[in-house]
Amino acid sequence: MSFLSTLYSAYAEIFLLVMVSVILIADLFTAGRTKTVTYLLVQVTLLGCSLITVATHRDGIDHLFHHMFVDDLMSDVLKLLSYMAISMMLVYSRSYLLARGLFSGEFLALVLFSLLGMMVMISASNFITLYLGLELLSLSLYAIVALQRDSAIATEAAMKYFILGALASGLLLYGMSMLYGATGTLDVNAVSSAIQHGVPNKALLVFGLVFVVAGLAFKLGVVPFHMWVPDVYHGAPTAMTMLIGTAPKLAAFAFVMRILVEALQPLMVHWSGMLAILAVLSMALGNISAIAQTNLKRMFAYSTIAHMGFLLVGVLSGSNEGYGSAMFYAVVYVIMSLGGFGMILLMSREGFEADKLSDFKGLNQRSPWLAFMMLLLMFSMAGVPPTVGFYAKFAVLNAAVQAGHIPLVILAVLFSLIGAFYYLRIVKLMYFDAPESHERIYMQPDSSLLISLNGLGVLILGILPGTLMSVCAVSVQQSLLLPH
Amino acid sequence: MIFGFHLLSVAIWLPILFGILVMATGNDRNAAMARYLALAGSILGFLVTIPLYTGFDRMASGMQFVEIHNWIPRFNIHYHLGVDGISMLFILLNSFFTPLVVIAGWQVIEKRVAQYMAAFLIMSGIINGVFASLDAVLFYVFWEAMLIPMFVIIGVWGGPNRVYAAIKFFLYTLLGSLLMLVALLYLYNQSGGSFEILEYHQMMIPMTAQILLFIAFFMAFSVKVPMFPVHTWLPDAHVEAPTGGSVILAAIMLKVGAYGFLRFSMPIAPDASHSLSGAMIALSLIAVVYIGLVALTQSDMKKLVAYSSISHMGFVTLGFFIFNAYGIEGALIQMVSHGFISGALFLCIGVLYDRVHSRQIVDYGGVANKMPVFAAFFMLFAMANSGLPGTSGFVGEFMVIMGAVKANFWYAFLAATTLVFGAAYTLWMYKRVIFGPVANDHVAHLHDINLREKVILSILAIAVLVAGLYPLPLGEVLHTSVNDLLVHMARSKL
Repeated sequence: MSFLSTLYSAYAEIFLLVMVSVILIADLFTAGRTKTVTYLLVQVTLLGCSLITVATHRDGIDHLFHHMFVDDLMSDVLKLLSYMAISMMLVYSRSYLLARGLFSGEFLALVLFSLLGMMVMISASNFITLYLGLELLSLSLYAIVALQRDSAIATEAAMKYFILGALASGLLLYGMSMLYGATGTLDVNAVSSAIQHGVPNKALLVFGLVFVVAGLAFKLGVVPFHMWVPDVYHGAPTAMTMLIGTAPKLAAFAFVMRILVEALQPLMVHWSGMLAILAVLSMALGNISAIAQTNLKRMFAYSTIAHMGFLLVGVLSGSNEGYGSAMFYAVVYVIMSLGGFGMILLMSREGFEADKLSDFKGLNQRSPWLAFMMLLLMFSMAGVPPTVGFYAKFAVLNAAVQAGHIPLVILAVLFSLIGAFYYLRIVKLMYFDAPESHERIYMQPDSSLLISLNGLGVLILGILPGTLMSVCAVSVQQSLLLPH
Repeated sequence: MIFGFHLLSVAIWLPILFGILVMATGNDRNAAMARYLALAGSILGFLVTIPLYTGFDRMASGMQFVEIHNWIPRFNIHYHLGVDGISMLFILLNSFFTPLVVIAGWQVIEKRVAQYMAAFLIMSGIINGVFASLDAVLFYVFWEAMLIPMFVIIGVWGGPNRVYAAIKFFLYTLLGSLLMLVALLYLYNQSGGSFEILEYHQMMIPMTAQILLFIAFFMAFSVKVPMFPVHTWLPDAHVEAPTGGSVILAAIMLKVGAYGFLRFSMPIAPDASHSLSGAMIALSLIAVVYIGLVALTQSDMKKLVAYSSISHMGFVTLGFFIFNAYGIEGALIQMVSHGFISGALFLCIGVLYDRVHSRQIVDYGGVANKMPVFAAFFMLFAMANSGLPGTSGFVGEFMVIMGAVKANFWYAFLAATTLVFGAAYTLWMYKRVIFGPVANDHVAHLHDINLREKVILSILAIAVLVAGLYPLPLGEVLHTSVNDLLVHMARSKL
């Protein structure tokens, strides 16, 4: 077997890395403020990655680099969705960033680096790889948030993000080192079997678990480790917020799966209790605080906290059913928030951010179609059928009922009722109130097409959710068929 | 079958399709086209439901016009439709009202006509879906989806306090629905992975679980009916909703809640229904008596009719929970009749409101002098609302009272007070609005109802009279289904 063919499963990552380097150099030699060539190259790269990921897909689980890297159905599906999310984010944010002079080669390269980090995280089967992927992602994101150098609020957001992110990484590493101390290995599957065979120091193991969960909670942004989320979402330019709030959530889900489920499944009794507390607190604080917000980005930040809490309900059910539903929830969440942030980006112009709730007043009179798309997205976030958001909640709740967590389910349901209020308020602003300005909404054809696809997608997936649900369920199931 | 499609699917999707078409006509430049398209869609929607009645086998028990397809195989969810005598009647009632509502909004709605008409058409299809679903998830999807168009209708075309009313309406009903969702998920897991409502009917369930399930369903359905402690959203929603919204709300949406009791609570948890029936009857009687008194004090006509609706729906839930054929059949006929009457009353109030732009009783007086034809129609509906024999209002109330006598004399006694209170609040309002000398300039400038209004009110007047004089066609289709339900309810599921 030639050396190259041993790398088979990692072709997409390698291709991406090569292309980022090419793009960085190519960007130097292409003139023009609009960066059309670089932008197209990036989109082509994403397309190429998708094709490679599809072409190199093999049934079963492949390990690579001495078990550091894994390729299974779940990783392929999550990677494909990440490419899609990044590509959509670029389409939505292009004109926004151009208007603010932020659409630079560095930005595009950083976006691709963050994508590479996500891919490594998704495919990691060793604590070291997990950590490397996470840091590559995080460092790129810190830099991206700080890209708008003349904005005090963005710089502040970047600082907060960086400091708290570094703290979280520290916690995570500390926890991992304890797990290493207890089990003597960093390999995800080996940790699992070591715990199953019994370790001498159980206390050390659980102690490590606590730190790992705290670190994860930071990265997911769930209460009480959520402090950075509202400030960063609010402070960062909307396009950057969109980047932080979408694709990385898929990677974060993979992270949870790899570390809690694949490595620490034997400790489920311990972590499911912790996750339950995190989930309830997040749904409570996220949904209640979101009501008080007047800034849409901040509102989305709190709503993200609540959504992540809901996702944890799926994970802590501790069954394949639960993991599959959590993955479905993550995917649906990403689709919905792409649309939500996309709407803010579409409405904004040069020198106008459109991120206040009042900017959406009377949208139905200014543009009925956009208002209808936003209506679909908001009802989907609230979990009202026939939109896909309902099935996400449905699947998660079903898994939790199956695991016997009825009180948790009732709490989740009550908090999502509270959540429905602030989503409804946006619909109210758009449909019931008179507009504050009658300025024409100027849209690029590509992003207006995309928002239509996004909004209708939420509806169509809501009418026919079966396929996506099955894909998520099957991919989780297959990657949990442990090789040993 | 129509062109190879199942009847029920056509009844659901035809109005929705027309709704989308109407919405596509866009802004108010094409308002006329939107109106005619909506009218065509709603009339077609009604015509396709007529074969459901004519082709219905009155003797057969079980579901008819069944259609089943896989929908979400992963959760074993099916697109499963079917009707029995009970649900068929309400599909008919709903499709019957849609053209009336379209005509009622013909001239009155001037802003965003296409969206208004589309909302009603889409809602009509969705409500048919609620009545026809035999799969719990399908039911739930339609049930919740129903909220979206109503929310928009109240919020966009409603009165001054419409935003408050719309949000209150939405959140109130969502709370109940979400608890029902938990109950459905529990049943799914207990039944070994099925969302078939009919399978739930056959499941053995322990008493504690039955009680909890009953409470969860109660939360969902009592809010919609609405029953006594959770009724407060209804007057707000009615007062702020445009006329068409009030009509659909009173005539159809309240029935959806009552229907839920028959389809879910009672057959799935019969033992809990029996043991909690005392509480349910108490709540129903409070609604009948107390809300009847509340209606007496209202100064706003729409609010008065809204409270009257709650009181009349108390009759319906009373009929359900005395567990005999008179009670349940009477309650069902009362539901249909209340649909006609409350719809008609809201349309009458709409007629006045369109001219004077006030719903306060004090702003009227002596309307009969200026609008004699209208006064006659209004008289008929007011009488029907107070249960005059010969109108549809009498039949249902009479049957429920008969059933209640069998169960307990005092139930019947308290329930019968509605005949007094109902007459008092309705006729007193009628007297203050219609009779006496012309009260003010607004009334003096009134002109009588036009052809469009005459057509709508005549259709409803005929319906009220026919159902009152010859209710057999209604009872006939209900009979087998109600008996089956009672037989089923008599078996313990413990």
